Amino acid sequence: MSAEFNDEQISMQHGSGGQATRRLVDGLFAAALSNDVLDAMGDAAILSAGGLRLAMTTDTFVVSPHTFPGGSIGSLAVHGTVNDLAVSGAEPIGLTAGFVLEAGLEVEQLREQVRAMSDAAREAGVSVIAGDTKVVENGRADGMYINTAGVGLVREEARLDPALVQPGDAVLVSGPIGDHGIAIMIARDEIDIESDLGSDSRSVLPLTRALIDTLGSSIRWMRDATRGGVATVLNELAESSRAGVIVEEAAVPLRDEVRGACELLGLDPLHVANEGQFIAVVDGSRADEALDALGGVSGGESACRIGTITEEHRGRVIGQTEFGGKRVIDVLVGDPLPRIC
Amino acid sequence: MRYVDEFRDAARIKAVAEEIHRSVDPGETYRIMEVCGGHTHTIFRFGLSQLLPENIELIHGPGCPVCVLPMGRMDVGLAMAERDDLIFTAFGDMMRVPGSKGSPLQSKARGADIRMVYSPLDALKIAQENPDRPVMFFAIGFETTTPSTAVTLLRARELGLTNFYVYCNHILVNPAIRALLEMDDMRLDGFIGPGHVSTVIGCEPYRFIADEFDRPIVVSGFEPLDILQSIAMLVRQLNEGRSEVENQYTRAVSWNGNPSAIAAMDLVFETRDAFEWRGMGDIPKSALAIREEFAAFDAERQIGVHGQTFPDPIEAQCGEVLKGALKPTECKLFGKGCTPEKPVGALMVSSEGACAAQYKYADVTIGTTG
Repeated sequence: MSAEFNDEQISMQHGSGGQATRRLVDGLFAAALSNDVLDAMGDAAILSAGGLRLAMTTDTFVVSPHTFPGGSIGSLAVHGTVNDLAVSGAEPIGLTAGFVLEAGLEVEQLREQVRAMSDAAREAGVSVIAGDTKVVENGRADGMYINTAGVGLVREEARLDPALVQPGDAVLVSGPIGDHGIAIMIARDEIDIESDLGSDSRSVLPLTRALIDTLGSSIRWMRDATRGGVATVLNELAESSRAGVIVEEAAVPLRDEVRGACELLGLDPLHVANEGQFIAVVDGSRADEALDALGGVSGGESACRIGTITEEHRGRVIGQTEFGGKRVIDVLVGDPLPRIC
Repeated sequence: MRYVDEFRDAARIKAVAEEIHRSVDPGETYRIMEVCGGHTHTIFRFGLSQLLPENIELIHGPGCPVCVLPMGRMDVGLAMAERDDLIFTAFGDMMRVPGSKGSPLQSKARGADIRMVYSPLDALKIAQENPDRPVMFFAIGFETTTPSTAVTLLRARELGLTNFYVYCNHILVNPAIRALLEMDDMRLDGFIGPGHVSTVIGCEPYRFIADEFDRPIVVSGFEPLDILQSIAMLVRQLNEGRSEVENQYTRAVSWNGNPSAIAAMDLVFETRDAFEWRGMGDIPKSALAIREEFAAFDAERQIGVHGQTFPDPIEAQCGEVLKGALKPTECKLFGKGCTPEKPVGALMVSSEGACAAQYKYADVTIGTTG
């Protein structure tokens, strides 16, 4: 079991999805609440009930601003939870929604977000079946926070387990990465760049569905690459599977706007957040079939192979350039910070 | 992407790497320091040392402004931030740098108003938007970022702002190179010169390295091809027994630099008699202070700080690492008391710091061929 959590105060980096989050979760939450299901630390918990495999997950959304190009806190709250179920190989059964509202919030703003949730849920083919509302005093919250939880039924043919990942397997990504993180930075006016770039927030259910339909148990593992980006997800894979992961840097799909912003700010796009992309590890001999299946779904056209599982570098993620240089792709301590000086 | 893709072109990079392999004298060791943290970053990000012959040793220099900032300066800046109404602004680079009582991010968690900016002009804008509150910009960087601070102060004077302050920690690259060259155990054979600094100061100011100290320097761009080409140029100079200032980064750097940037710096700043560098001690004439004419904007003059500052932890051997006398892994604290998540020495803080880079990449460097 991992080390105790000895930090004296919570800071923003404990929420970044990076190493600090990991220490908090392992050293405080998991240490106190440990059980077999929780300890698997998947995107969703997998439970057996009445002979069925159920997936259950929860996520809380605190994004600011509430609305940004390509999405909003409402659509994100639905997509985030649907995606956690989807990459667990499940079909969603229903979602719950909990709202923490700040006194003084304009009702029109709330209405707008509930509408966004409704649209996103309809599009994903899932219903919000229960909810809760709390109001806190003005100044005690950033307008609104939304929590969603979801339950899904894991598909019979899905056998996702990091222990099944083996050398020679292919690492696929569902599309261009980094859109969400950079779109949010621009929407917050943190960087003065004009761009049409929008968040990639979407349900990935049609993609995971097509992949499972085609490959079934030849899919070893899937995870959506949210906070901490693709780098964090691949490190979780390397650690839980005890395999090495080699990423061909030139193969990683990136829009020009994202690449440009990352070059300008000294950020690594592999660390930038996504809200509509996931990583899948599949049997290497079926990688082309998998890409055909993804490419046949609207929004899956840019899916591609970015790497391979190896015997070497166990527990590590290694980036490889076209000219033979290698580097370790690691998990950041906190949020990615721009390098200026 | 133009100016990026062509400088990351695999075929060209391989060709230059091969040229370097062919040209080195197997009996010689080439100890080359890249002065600038930006170069260190590229070298690690693209695994460039793996492409080089074993007898070329790259030593990571003091050119990461965050890494050489003494802890006491951070303490003073953060003590200013503890004033109830003050807004503390700084580049993202600074946010995780440890003072003796924690980093700006930790101060922020305790309630200080700490904001990340991308330019000093953003800090100026915050001052305009918050006329009732003092706004302080924690200025840091070599000659690369100094002109933008200078221009911001000129603008602040023009606007007649009374709530904007700069805490000046700007440093100069050449006095640090001189200090390294004057050290007894100095074993460097040549330098990869800082590209961004040189867009401002040009190439001429490096002449003392060649003339007085008989060492070659090549001013370099930041892409993999730039750095390899600069190494090839240095190897050629060393093989031929030449010590010259050469410019590889001709697409951005002119011989005499940028006269208007230099003029703005001269107008606003003057050289300090001495300044402390983390791990290197006091270096004469190595930093800038705000001139008397701009005293109204000088945080050091205007914002009194009561509170103790602390010297750098003595166990950390940052200085030895900076001058190339110790490898990062040879420091007593490396990976034990000092890690990227809980850095003691600043070389562990920034991704451009030699120790953080070494900590992250150690496993790969071992047992990998180019």
